[in-house]
Amino acid sequence: MIRDKVHARSSVLLMNVTRIRWQHVVGAAVLTVVALAATLILQSEPESPVATLVRWMPFILEGFGLNLVMSFLAMLLATLLGVPLGVAQVSRVYLVRTVAKGVTHLFRNTPWLVVLFTVMYVMPMTVDLGLTRVDISDWAKATLAFALPVMGNISEIVRGAIVSVPTGQWDSAQGLALTRRQTMTHIILPQCVKRSLPSWMNWYALLTLATPMAAILGVREAVGSAQAAMEAGGGRPDFLIPFYLFLLCLFFIYIYPIALLTKALEKKHAAS
Amino acid sequence: MQRHEPYGAETASVSADAPIVSIRDVRKFYGSLEVLKGISLDVLKGQVVCIIGPSGSGKSTLIRCINGLSDVQQGSISVAGTEVNDARLDVVALRRKVGIVFQQYNLFPHKTVLENVMLAPRLVLKESRASAEQRAKALIAKVRLTGKEDAYPGELSGGQQQRVAIARSLAMRPEIMLFDEVTAALDPETVKEVLTTIRELAADGMTCILVTHEMGFAREVADHIYFTDGGVIVEHGPPAEVFSNAKDPRTRRFLSQVI
Ligand SMILES: Nc1ncnc2c1ncn2[C@@H]1O[C@H](COP(=O)(O)OP(=O)(O)OP(=O)(O)O)[C@@H](O)[C@H]1O
Ligand SMILES: [Mg+2]
Repeated sequence: MIRDKVHARSSVLLMNVTRIRWQHVVGAAVLTVVALAATLILQSEPESPVATLVRWMPFILEGFGLNLVMSFLAMLLATLLGVPLGVAQVSRVYLVRTVAKGVTHLFRNTPWLVVLFTVMYVMPMTVDLGLTRVDISDWAKATLAFALPVMGNISEIVRGAIVSVPTGQWDSAQGLALTRRQTMTHIILPQCVKRSLPSWMNWYALLTLATPMAAILGVREAVGSAQAAMEAGGGRPDFLIPFYLFLLCLFFIYIYPIALLTKALEKKHAAS
Repeated sequence: MQRHEPYGAETASVSADAPIVSIRDVRKFYGSLEVLKGISLDVLKGQVVCIIGPSGSGKSTLIRCINGLSDVQQGSISVAGTEVNDARLDVVALRRKVGIVFQQYNLFPHKTVLENVMLAPRLVLKESRASAEQRAKALIAKVRLTGKEDAYPGELSGGQQQRVAIARSLAMRPEIMLFDEVTAALDPETVKEVLTTIRELAADGMTCILVTHEMGFAREVADHIYFTDGGVIVEHGPPAEVFSNAKDPRTRRFLSQVI
């Protein structure tokens, strides 16, 4: 549109040329060149922030994929470590019980960010496996760091669920000559699953929401990718709102259904 | 501690009328609270013994000591040749011989009736699935619950649940059955069906020790009655004697209240 206007203007000038002298023609030509240059400058003006966002969207979504991978792996690890830790908290062996409680409370009561930095600096960059050396990437370290606080909280959920199973279940299982271990694995823990599922899901949601902290370490998850994209697009301040709004929606769309499901399960559990 | 043991190193097979359960001077404390203050009683093989007494007199505690669910601080408890109050006790071996049924049924809510009954034979006796299932079904039939194999405990009435609990205990082929107020949580109609099951069990020759408030039932099935109060046995004897001719004033007062 702008170009049409410029053309119109220059043709008006050219029409005038017929009635004026060659100096005017040169002047008009110069003007035309300036106008065209102006048009070109107008054309290469930075694209709108939204257009930039759309262009970088696949890159950010790829980053979000890493958030999901980190959340799955961290949750898996937190569960695999947290459940035995919770069981150990009710051990009859004083030492086991005390150590398990210590570990649980340590990770429940420290900021995730501090755990993240600690893991970052404590863990080696590479592990020597004899034949091969394995590099531990930053995202793997971050995954471990997110798993630890959640492990502590799952441990506490499991402990709470175990002690909330009526003692009559222990009495009847042991009356049937089951050992303590058999009672735990066949009678008590299966009944804990239903009790602790809503809290477990709640911690999954919190864990997923915490994964962008990995961006601080330079991990290219969604937020880190978005920041890189803004940088690559020229780092204009007007990128900030659309990019962060997009990230907000991205996480919300993923987490909110989980929150709703958690609520529904809680209600169902309370009713039964 | 071993002083009062009636048949020292020898086992239950010594003689037919040696007691299968023999309790001598048992004392039990919860902290500083003495709950059992020197209890002694004997149960012969095939006998039905009822323990009655007011609330808090230590009946549940006593019955739980027999299979090691509660420990005692003093005295000896001999069950089918096993000394219970012994640091080297093989508690699993003891509990294989002694079944227990509780007031609150305590069925495993996440397992079906069939699974409840099959569980211990599979896990503890290492029975094959086929054999455990076959026996479980027979026991479920015995307590008249055929057709309920796949139901969950929550879908059954109290009386039905209690009969499953009895079948579940019997699946371990115990030599002795303990019942702790198993009808106390039931409504009057369902009490009858559970008592019928116990009566049949007693008629089959199972040694039974029951804590009960069902005086009529105790009078009918018991060979011997023990009356507890405040952690001691204040009176015992055959039902006719205890019920019609109670000598101890505490027994008389209790009986006048419940009958
Ligand atoms: N785990 C425990 N800790 C402390 N005290 C206990 C415990 N269990 C039972 N007691 C106490 O021991 C005493 C005997 O309790 P027990 O349950 O054996 O009585 P009971 O004769 O079975 O009573 P009920 O007829 O009400 O069932 C009571 O004073 C009770 O408060
Ligand atoms: Mg009781």
